[in-house]
Amino acid sequence: MILQQLANASGPSGREEAVRQVVIEAIRDHVDSYQVDGLGNCIALKRGAAPAADGRSRRVMVSAHMDEVALMIVQITGEGLLRFRKIGGIDDRVLPSKRVLVGEKRVPGVIGCKPLHLLHDAEFGQVAASDDLYIDIGASSAAAAERLVQRGDYAVFDTPYEPWPQARLVKGKAFDDRAGCAVLVELLRGDPYPFDLYGVFTVQEEVGLRGARVAAYAVDPDAAIALEGTICDDMPKKKDISSTTVLGQGPSITIMDRSMIADRRLVQLLIDTAQAEGIPYQFKQPLMGSTDSGTIHLAREGVPTTVVSIPSRYIHSPVTLLSLDDLENTVKLMRAALIKLADLEL
Amino acid sequence: METKTLLRKLSEASGVSGYEAELRGLVREAWAPWADEVREDVLGNVIALKRGTGAGERRYKVMLAGHMDEIGLMVTQLEGGFIRFTQVGGIDPRTLLAQEVVVHGREPLPGIIGTRPPHVLPPEARNKPVPWDELFIDVGLDGSRLAELVQVGDLITVRRSMAELEDDRLSGKAFDNRASVVAIACALERLAGLKHEWDVYAVATVQEETGLKGAMTSAYGVYPDIGIAIDVGFGNMPGQSELDSIEMGKGPSIAFGPTAHPAIHEQLVSVAQANEIPHQIEPIPGASGTDAWAIQVVREGIPAGLLSIPLRYMHTSVETVVAQDIARTGRLLAHFTASLDAAFAGRLGLNR
Repeated sequence: MILQQLANASGPSGREEAVRQVVIEAIRDHVDSYQVDGLGNCIALKRGAAPAADGRSRRVMVSAHMDEVALMIVQITGEGLLRFRKIGGIDDRVLPSKRVLVGEKRVPGVIGCKPLHLLHDAEFGQVAASDDLYIDIGASSAAAAERLVQRGDYAVFDTPYEPWPQARLVKGKAFDDRAGCAVLVELLRGDPYPFDLYGVFTVQEEVGLRGARVAAYAVDPDAAIALEGTICDDMPKKKDISSTTVLGQGPSITIMDRSMIADRRLVQLLIDTAQAEGIPYQFKQPLMGSTDSGTIHLAREGVPTTVVSIPSRYIHSPVTLLSLDDLENTVKLMRAALIKLADLEL
Repeated sequence: METKTLLRKLSEASGVSGYEAELRGLVREAWAPWADEVREDVLGNVIALKRGTGAGERRYKVMLAGHMDEIGLMVTQLEGGFIRFTQVGGIDPRTLLAQEVVVHGREPLPGIIGTRPPHVLPPEARNKPVPWDELFIDVGLDGSRLAELVQVGDLITVRRSMAELEDDRLSGKAFDNRASVVAIACALERLAGLKHEWDVYAVATVQEETGLKGAMTSAYGVYPDIGIAIDVGFGNMPGQSELDSIEMGKGPSIAFGPTAHPAIHEQLVSVAQANEIPHQIEPIPGASGTDAWAIQVVREGIPAGLLSIPLRYMHTSVETVVAQDIARTGRLLAHFTASLDAAFAGRLGLNR
């Protein structure tokens, strides 16, 4: 499954090369062309089955972002430890007691913390702030560390992809948004659509939806759908509040999030398609999260846009979890909806 | 002996306090080649005897104790498809978010200690540690299937493979105190090539993390003349007082203070010096929180000593040690044991 290679690759915002390489290997024989733009977006074109009568084929952009939340090395201490800053939204509380891989050499490191035996009473009530944590690669001196790592190197969570034996679930890092990338790869590997499909693998989503902005400008699509591995907050909580999405209940369709109000025609198309095909679906709780759609729908004079998401528990933490049923149903829904999109009045 | 291979095997095995069965098998396998006999006591301690050559009226006994249990978690409640849990031994709940675990139900189930994504949390919530009663484990099952496979009281271990870091350092879970079990194996192997008068009882103790229980019963059963506990000590790291710390890569620390008999402390130091084994001195003014503390007050009292292997990030899943420090601890234990003679027994007043 391509998701495994995608999730295991390192792709912090701004350094998505390794993920892009996996993407290109997976799609190159199935698309008419692809190019990597100045920011690192990979824009693949899969031409329509037949050119439109008026000579201008409709252009549809389906996107997924390649980057992931990560850490950046900002200082090597005198004793050879690595101080870091976060890239993208990471909750400090998930960092202690974890393994990471540093830089292109993927040097293994650990994020430790002070042993509880030595904590003062007040410290138990405090979060170990990321500024006070560091990565230990075992180097016993600054010189030893500098042989392997330099300031500006990135660290990603070291969480290998793994199918769980007890359920149709898989565990790994960065399913936000390698799940979307996996769906998009599948869409590009299928039969051609009745229009030109631009499969866009974007960069720098986690630091402000930046790759999608320029890619949407370049592609100038007639309609766009962003694919996301999205918030799935369906765990037990003290207060009865929305789960945003629920694991295993199908692809989630966005009506509105913090970055965009979806195009209602596209939303209806997705709903109609899911119902006609008997594919389970759900709506993402409105106003939760931002996605590449936030910049795509504002490209040039505006683009009708929505988002289809794969529910992923524990996103932005070292370990994420998704349902293969959701992933496969997202591919099915997107394939069927794209075929109908050719005839949609826009 | 390949210390890294053995440490990996022991570290990646599961043996929460009171449930050390898997470790017992592995420890027996590791120690038996060097021992004359191996037995288990009622509580589950593994006790290996390597006889000494002493010919006198009675042969003295030294006990080398390293605990094989690890801290862990236990299922307290099933809530829909999720598991609530408590701790076995001392765990900082702040190290648990987004931690992978194995739930030892009817079959071993990989799981995740879940965390709500930052997108949905109000900023003030992110500034507080998640309390025990809000933590949960996700094994990806619905409520009815979960109830078939998991029940209250099932054990949970943190899931972490050992990693080899730079400069001979290793990182993983339960190095506290499987690193010492490895050091004892190194000592037994080395003793095969040394002459030693005293009988050596190597003991892999149980339930140390929940109150030094295994050390109490095994020391009673073995009834040694002296007991040496081998455990891990707080390796230096930023944010931790130097007064609480020993240095990484500088060899085992030799404790002094109430937990260690002065004559044993001195003997350990002089043997380390004579054999040029790097070591450090660690003052411990009170309870050491180790098996040495328990062994001291068994029966009518047993003179004790304590060696600590420097370890960073104790009681997390990324405990870090320098492999060389483990080997040095083994060497020191072996040469210390070989140094034990009637004269030393006399200094302790054992030969009256």
